[in-house]
Amino acid sequence: MKLNGAQILIDCLKSEGVKHIFGYPGGAVLHIYDALNVCTVIDHILVRHEQGAVHAADGYARTSGKCGVALVTSGPGLTNAVTGIATAFTDSIPMVVVSGQVPSPVIGSDAFQEVDAVGITRSCVKHNFLVKNADDIAETVKKAFYIATTGRPGPVLIDITKDATIAETEYEGYPKTIKMRSYQPEVQVDAEQIKKAIAIIEKAKKPIIYSGGGSVIGNASKALTTLTHNTGFPITQTLMGLGAFPATDKQSLGMLGMHGTYESNMAMHDSDCIITVGARFDDRITGNLEKFCPYAKIIHIDIDPSTIGKVVGVDVSIIGQVNDVLQALIQSLDTKKLENIDSWWKQINDWRSVDSMAYRTKQGVIKPQTVIEALYEVTKGEAIVTSDVGQHQMWAAQYYPFDKPRRWINSGGLGTMGFGLPAAMGAKLADPDRDVACVTGDGSIQMMLQELSTMLQYHTPVKIININNGYLGMVRQWQEFFYEKRYAMSYMDALPDFVKLAESYGHIGIRVEKEADLKPALIEAFKQKDRTVFIDILTDPTENVFPMIPSGAGHHEMLLAGRDEMASTNDSGLNLV
Amino acid sequence: MRHIISVMLENEAGALSRVAGLFSARGFNIESLTVAATNDPTLSRMTIVSVGDDNIIEQIVKQLEKLIDVVKVIDLTATEHVERELLLVKIDVNPNTQADIDRQIDQFSGKIIDVSEDTYLIEVAGQSKKINEFLDSLDASKILEVSRTGVTGVCQKREG
Ligand SMILES: Cc1ncc(C[n+]2csc(CCOP(=O)(O)OP(=O)(O)O)c2C)c(N)n1
Ligand SMILES: [Mg+2]
Repeated sequence: MKLNGAQILIDCLKSEGVKHIFGYPGGAVLHIYDALNVCTVIDHILVRHEQGAVHAADGYARTSGKCGVALVTSGPGLTNAVTGIATAFTDSIPMVVVSGQVPSPVIGSDAFQEVDAVGITRSCVKHNFLVKNADDIAETVKKAFYIATTGRPGPVLIDITKDATIAETEYEGYPKTIKMRSYQPEVQVDAEQIKKAIAIIEKAKKPIIYSGGGSVIGNASKALTTLTHNTGFPITQTLMGLGAFPATDKQSLGMLGMHGTYESNMAMHDSDCIITVGARFDDRITGNLEKFCPYAKIIHIDIDPSTIGKVVGVDVSIIGQVNDVLQALIQSLDTKKLENIDSWWKQINDWRSVDSMAYRTKQGVIKPQTVIEALYEVTKGEAIVTSDVGQHQMWAAQYYPFDKPRRWINSGGLGTMGFGLPAAMGAKLADPDRDVACVTGDGSIQMMLQELSTMLQYHTPVKIININNGYLGMVRQWQEFFYEKRYAMSYMDALPDFVKLAESYGHIGIRVEKEADLKPALIEAFKQKDRTVFIDILTDPTENVFPMIPSGAGHHEMLLAGRDEMASTNDSGLNLV
Repeated sequence: MRHIISVMLENEAGALSRVAGLFSARGFNIESLTVAATNDPTLSRMTIVSVGDDNIIEQIVKQLEKLIDVVKVIDLTATEHVERELLLVKIDVNPNTQADIDRQIDQFSGKIIDVSEDTYLIEVAGQSKKINEFLDSLDASKILEVSRTGVTGVCQKREG
């Protein structure tokens, strides 16, 4: 069959099972749009900014487990997409981004809307391709999806020149299989390593499971839960891992790291055996590396060999799909041989009784923590919660216990403000029957506000929970702690009227100023099943995120709200990012 | 420690910049890098000399293996191997120094490949150490130009 390159591309995407593409047109992709226009099985979501397209595809991927797809034009279309691509890359999200490129004869001539897309994105994609020939499109698309979705997932960019989309060629259909000698993601779990790990686990008197985003992305929730229940071990989860193991289960110690719970961090510090599952010892987790887990033998399970030993030396590494490795552990583990850990649990429960998530309420102001607790109650813990970046993100992670994977969608690795709203739109399209809440802040929401328009056009009703503290709160918190309260540029004085703003985009706006109005407003908002509701909640402007591991400190040196006053100046804090 | 890392990669546009970009993005150091086609026209072979402790070299190897275009990575230093580098050096010569220089070239099995009225163009091949020694043996003030290829190498076993 003779087709042009654009038609081939669309047929490939169709054959790949793509149902939604998030994109924005421009000269270099007009042929692709022309072909997409007559395709009835793929819905195209016209965003208002290419960054929004990529975040939406990302939110779609995180919610559904499928590969997200975005389509952007050359030049500024591509550069606008880069933040979104880097966000997905840092969190290992499967995604294919198609960008238009100027016609191949003019590549390198500084043509109109020409940028070196492959060069610009090289360090924030799993792989990228430049396609200059219609004959190469089908195989490249096949490879792109294969690479994006297997092994440690990640975004793949396909940059296609305009002439390649125009040229007609013989199309023999989408390739059924693909083999690449340079990329073989399938790994066999090494039984020897399983044995070694079990030897350590059997001797452990103070074990802990430390699980990360890999458990979510690797669909290992069930196996993780089984292993945790079979062993009776305590489990702590990273910001990216929340939900893989139910937060309300009594074996869950909550999140660990900079703003994790006291019991999680203390247990990590004192542990003699850490079973690391799909986590990568990020600096937000470890605190001061010299003080990190001084007594523990560390087992590290990961699909990506380069994460092993990158930050922390480990005693046993097991490379493989997290789910496969956990299954192997479950099968080989004889739980009768495990040590009695009653005294360990007693110790942990003592730490728990410190109640590190307690916070002081104040007459006349709404505490942001209260907002998240109310959100949890009103949605019965069943919503998909996306978030932006800042204090509100930490509070959402701390006060909304996630019991299922793929319900907590946030930019953990790159910390991209602006992620929350488009990600919520993507999440709603992936799971239309579920409530989607976007927890955001007065700063973050203004970075991708224009997507409110897209959300009206495509009927993706989400509930926007704006924790409006009138500050770039996380910045303000650090300036309070580490810069002697010199609040450079963190006060947002000229905030818009968010209610009117929401209304002007055709949505419902509600402003909440008193705590008594909070729950009724949320209930009312979630009743509006087919409307997007923007709930602007004025919260305590000076509340800080606690507990906190200050910089240079170890897990056992946490600062707790109420108990500890943060030293207002701390030189080592200046070195933190 | 100094390591010689041999990388077999797809002979595709952009493959070289992926490797070079990886080294700069992750702050790995490169002492030298050579790349050329092999007997298989679809494969290039790159030889990288880098210095780092065991952890860093391990990371370099793993990060290289992670690149989609990379087919195989061998740390040559970990096996029996041969390394060679080629030096081209242009120097001033005059009747007073010529005999000395001829002797040095001989000693390092070098070759004079071009002679002008007052210059020599010399070629020396061998391990980098030998090339360093040869350059050190010359009077630095007489060296006009130096061009080194960087190291290439193979392991000695039949199966690399
Ligand atoms: C794109 C981007 N720019 C800057 C930052 C740095 N940053 C991190 S949190 C934050 C403040 C966020 O303010 P807001 O959205 O109001 O959230 P709050 O902390 O007040 O809850 C800033 C500026 C970032 N994470 N992302
Ligand atoms: Mg704020």
